[in-house]
Amino acid sequence: MTPAEIWRLTVEHAALTGAALGIAAGLGLPGGVAMARSVRTRGIFLGAAGVVQTIPSLALFGFLIPLPFIGGIGKGTAIVALALYALLPVLRNTVTGILGVDPAVRESAVAMGMTQAQLLWQVELPLAARTILAGIRIATVTTIGTATIAAAIGGGGLGVFIFRGLASVDTAQILAGAIPAAAMALLAEGGLTWAERRLSPY
Amino acid sequence: MAVQREPAASPRVTPAVEFRNVSYTAGDTPVLRGVTLAVQPGETLVLLGRSGSGKTTALKLINALLMPASGEVRVAGQSTTAWDPVRLRRRTGYVIQETGLFPHWTVAANVGTVPRLEGWPPDRIAARTRELLTLLHLPPDEYAGRFPHQLSGGQRQRVGVARALAADPDLLLFDEPFGALDPVTRTEVQREFRTLVASLGKAAVFVTHDVREALLLATRIGLLRNGALELVETPGNFRASSHPEARAFLECLQ
Repeated sequence: MTPAEIWRLTVEHAALTGAALGIAAGLGLPGGVAMARSVRTRGIFLGAAGVVQTIPSLALFGFLIPLPFIGGIGKGTAIVALALYALLPVLRNTVTGILGVDPAVRESAVAMGMTQAQLLWQVELPLAARTILAGIRIATVTTIGTATIAAAIGGGGLGVFIFRGLASVDTAQILAGAIPAAAMALLAEGGLTWAERRLSPY
Repeated sequence: MAVQREPAASPRVTPAVEFRNVSYTAGDTPVLRGVTLAVQPGETLVLLGRSGSGKTTALKLINALLMPASGEVRVAGQSTTAWDPVRLRRRTGYVIQETGLFPHWTVAANVGTVPRLEGWPPDRIAARTRELLTLLHLPPDEYAGRFPHQLSGGQRQRVGVARALAADPDLLLFDEPFGALDPVTRTEVQREFRTLVASLGKAAVFVTHDVREALLLATRIGLLRNGALELVETPGNFRASSHPEARAFLECLQ
């Protein structure tokens, strides 16, 4: 439990979280946009993402281990599991944000002669930006916490200290994992809340 | 050998808007029933009717926000089904009661929407925006940089009208644009509007349930009832009409 080790596992933890969030945002943003356009897919995918959310996280990591390609022991499986958790808030807030745009504003954009792409990029996404970013913030903060479980399947990160501390009843070890993780979550919360406020142009 | 020619048809201006036996249904409910109507360039046709009479639907059929179930809506002689909807809408100004101003854009950016979509050079857009804001009594130096929520209701409606006029459209559509204004502001804006539309010489279709507004603004009034066009008359003839629905509206004037 040297400072160098704390630093190494903190960086590893941030990398796990970042990779998972990258995947969740990469799928959730375009997915949310598509779902805002179609009632049927919205029901199916939001439902499925909601079900994933209800699976206890330790169990989800376990379920993924026997799966081919995405499963197994290690970082890959951990990132997949974390991305699945992060997906719901990103998806849901993207859909909510876009559907929350005043129908009169959307109608007048179409009536001005905007194409679907112009409507999306110039009107819907800017007006939904705060809600979407709030979804990313929620996903980030929960992922930083959940990522400590990745250590249980060999994914590394700050959970290594926590599991080691639990096994040896060593509070200092547990704190060496928990404090940097909590600090990271607070930092992310603060930074993204600030960005949300900045995104309010009116 | 001389070619026998048919006598030339009497010269007729293509109507700006023409409804040919147009019906529209929402699900199973008929909203418009066999409406036939022509709006000439330079004319302000006011569609008057109660809530649910189909007047907003008629307006949305003109800029292809809706398509007729049967019959045909022609704009500048071409069916709305044949128009590229984006092109049709960019030459058609549209103002609605809720204004639909983009809340994240300044007044100037809102007014410049269609010119920007049409790819005008920025200095031309800026000049046009200033011109229109001045025309609508919103001094550009004071108002160009404001956001819609920093304006009063009457000012927002003026911005909505300026935005609709920006790319010099051939046709203007208005859906109860002044309905949410207080009576004093409404009268003021209606007067300005009448002068403005008369000076522009464009075709305009104006939807309202306010008979006073219809009589003030219309060159002709089209009376809609349960989706059917009951009457198309000049304001003078409308006042004298014995049609029961027209009488019902005129009684509101007492």
